[in-house]
Amino acid sequence: MSYLREKTPAPAAVPGQGERVTGSEILLRMLLAEGVDCVFGYPGGAVLYIYDAMHGNPAFRHVLTRHEQGAIHAADGYARSTGKTGVCLATSGPGATNLITGIATAHMDSVPLVVITGNVASNLIGTDSFQEADIVGMTQPITKHSYFVRRVEDLARIIREAFLLAGTGRKGPILIDIPKDVTAAVTEFVYPESIDIPGYEWANPEANPVDETKLDELIDAIASSAKPLLLAGGGVIQADGSGVLLEFIEKTRIPVTTTLMGLGSVPADHDLWLGMPGMHGTYAANRALIECDLLIAVGARFDDRVTMRLDGFAPHARVAHLDIDAAEIGKLVPASLPIVGDARRILERLNAKLPKPFPDQAEWIESLRKRRREFPLRYAPSTEELKPQYVIEMISRTTDGNAIVTTDVGQHQMWAAQFYRFRHPRSLVTSGGLGTMGFGFPSAIGAQIGNPGKTVVSVNGDGGMQMCAQELAICATHNIPVKIAVINNRTLGMIKQWQELIYDGRYSHIDLSGSPDFVKLAEAYGVKGLRAETPSEAQRVWKEALKTPGPVLIDFVVSKNELVFPMVPQGKALQDIILGPEGSCDRWTGN
Amino acid sequence: MDRKLIGFTVNDTPGVLQRVSGLFSRRGYNIESITVGPSEREGCSRMIVAASGDDALIRQMCSQLRKLIDVLDVVLMHERPYVSRELMLVKLRMDPSKRAEIQTLADTFRCSVIDIGPETMIVQIVGDTDKNDAFLQLIQPYGILELTRTGETAMNRGM
Repeated sequence: MSYLREKTPAPAAVPGQGERVTGSEILLRMLLAEGVDCVFGYPGGAVLYIYDAMHGNPAFRHVLTRHEQGAIHAADGYARSTGKTGVCLATSGPGATNLITGIATAHMDSVPLVVITGNVASNLIGTDSFQEADIVGMTQPITKHSYFVRRVEDLARIIREAFLLAGTGRKGPILIDIPKDVTAAVTEFVYPESIDIPGYEWANPEANPVDETKLDELIDAIASSAKPLLLAGGGVIQADGSGVLLEFIEKTRIPVTTTLMGLGSVPADHDLWLGMPGMHGTYAANRALIECDLLIAVGARFDDRVTMRLDGFAPHARVAHLDIDAAEIGKLVPASLPIVGDARRILERLNAKLPKPFPDQAEWIESLRKRRREFPLRYAPSTEELKPQYVIEMISRTTDGNAIVTTDVGQHQMWAAQFYRFRHPRSLVTSGGLGTMGFGFPSAIGAQIGNPGKTVVSVNGDGGMQMCAQELAICATHNIPVKIAVINNRTLGMIKQWQELIYDGRYSHIDLSGSPDFVKLAEAYGVKGLRAETPSEAQRVWKEALKTPGPVLIDFVVSKNELVFPMVPQGKALQDIILGPEGSCDRWTGN
Repeated sequence: MDRKLIGFTVNDTPGVLQRVSGLFSRRGYNIESITVGPSEREGCSRMIVAASGDDALIRQMCSQLRKLIDVLDVVLMHERPYVSRELMLVKLRMDPSKRAEIQTLADTFRCSVIDIGPETMIVQIVGDTDKNDAFLQLIQPYGILELTRTGETAMNRGM
C-alpha cells in the first residue's frame, strides 16, 4: 500500500529537489524533512562524509556524546519522553557494535529509533577490512527491521521507510547501515513521494479497523463481570492513549493496575489506581490479579516480572488481550478475547460503544481499596539515616509528580516506580524489558533536549552511574539542566538483595567501594556536585539543586541495607508475595 | 507433536533467509526443514518450513513470521487441501548380487537410479516425507553411504 503521512512535508516543500548531491547530503536533508531536530552521534572513519556534510549544514543539530552507548540511550530517552522517533549515528565496526546494547534496550520496550551506522566501502565489505562489522547481521534479532544501503539512489526511500516503520504499528528500532562510498556518491535528490512496503500492515492505521464484534463481546463480558480488572502497559503510552484510557476507566469504573512501562498512563492519585503489579508490585494490584474474573490487558505483553509464575497469574479470569502486536496475543497467557489494534483506537471505539450507565462493582472496588489502605507501600523512616525511599518521596513531592524521571536499573528503579507519584504519560523513562544499567543518565540528556522546559530528574544507583558517567561532559558543554540523583548505597543493591534473600546471604562481588567521589567527578566535568547524608541535608541540598539553572549531580549517601518490598521471588506465584518487615504480615498465605 | 508445513512468500532480498532462520532459532522453535526458491512473482521467493509444535505454538510461529517486514504472506498449508513433495538422493553400496533387488524396490517406489558406478549407485526419490522415510527404512539393510534430502515443498490444491 502507498501511504503518505500527514506530518511529513509535501514533496514540494522539501527544498533542493532535483539537485545533484552526495548520499551524505541526502541523508541530512531527509532527516530534516522527517522533522528530526537532534541527532546523537559520534564520528569515525566510515561516517566522515556525513560529518563533512554536517559542517556545511548548520540547520542540522548534532550532539556529540562521549560514547556511542551514550548516544543511543540519549536518542532513546528523547523518543520515550517526546513520542517522536529518536535518531543516533555511529561509525562502522566498534562504533556500530557499541550501539548494540542500546538497540536491544529500545527493541524490548518498543521505542521508535532510527539508528544510522556507517560501514566500510562496498568493495571492502566481506574482506575483514579495518573497522568492518556485519552490524545488520548482528542486530537482526534486536531490530524491527534493518537496511543495508547498496545504492545511493535507494537512500532517500530507505530513510522514509525507516521512519515509517519505526513510528507505526508496534514501534521499534530500525537500523540503516550505509557503506562509505554510498555516502560519497552523487545522485539527484528526489524526495520519495510515496512509499510502498507490501509486507507491512501498519503503514496506514486506517487500513486495520478494529474488530467491532470483538468489542461488543468485550462490553458484554464487562457487563457480566463481578470483578473486572484493567492491566495497562507501555502500549497505552506508545499510542498516546492515556486520555482515552482514563475516559474508559471513568465510564466503566474498572480498577486499574499499570505495569512499569505503563506508569504515568493513569495518575497516581486516581481513586481506581492500584499501583504497579508483579515482582515489586503492590499488594492490592497483585491481589486484584489473583482474584479478578475478567482481566483486560491493554498494550501489555505479560512480562515474567508482571505475571510471575504463569499458573498463579489471574487464575480465575477470562482474559481480554488488546494489543497492536498479534504475536503477543496468546504468546504467554491464553486470551479468549483477542483484539488486535492500536490501544488508543481500540479504547476510542470502546468508549463510543459503551452503554450508560454502566454497573459499578462497588463491593469489588471497596475490597481492593481496603487492601490498598491496609497494605500500602512502606518503609521504616529515620531521622538520622537517609533512606533511599525517602529520597524518591522527596523528589516526587517537590516536583509534584510533574517531572520527567529517568532511572537506571536496580533497587532505585523499583523505588522510583513505587514512590514517585507519576501523573503524566511519558514521564517515566526506564529500561523495563532489557534492564540496561547505564541507561538512566544518558536517557535523561535526551529527555531534557526533547523537553527543554521541563524538570528532568535522572535517578541512578552508584553502579549504573559509573556505566555512562562520561556523558557528564555533554551536560556541562551544552548546559543541559538535568538533575542527576545518585542513590548511593556503595553496593549493587538489587544483587545484594537477591543474595540475601535467595542465596542465604552469600554476598558475592557486590561491594562497590572504590567508586569515585561523585561530587568531585561531577566537578571534574564542570557540573555542580552536592552531597547529602541525612534527611535534613537531603532536603536542603535537593532544594538547592532544583533552584540551580544548570545540571547538578546530587550524591545521596543512603543506608546500605534497604530491601525492595513487596517482593515475589522469581519462580514463585503472585500469591507468594513477601511484604517485608514493614508490612503487617511477613508473608501473605491465605485470604 | 504434529509436524506442520508453513508456506510464505518473502522479498527476494539479501539476508532474508537469515532473518527467517534467525527468528526460528532465537525463539527456540523446532524446525525440520526450510526450502527456498523463486516463486511466480518477480522479486519474491517462496519458503516452506516444516515445523513441529502444538496448534498454539504453530500459530505463534506464523504471527512472528508475519512481523518480519520481508515476509509478505503466511499460510498454514494444512488448513486447505495440499500436496507436498521432497527430493531425496541416496548413495548405496553396490553389491552386484543385490542390484536387481534394489532395482525392484526402486521401481515399486517409483524412484529412479540416476548413477551407477563400480562400487556405488545413486537412487533418486520424490515423494512426501512419509513415503521417503518408508523407502529409507527398506533400503537401510543394503548399506546407505550418503543421504541428502531437500526438505518438503508444498502447494495448496485448487485456486
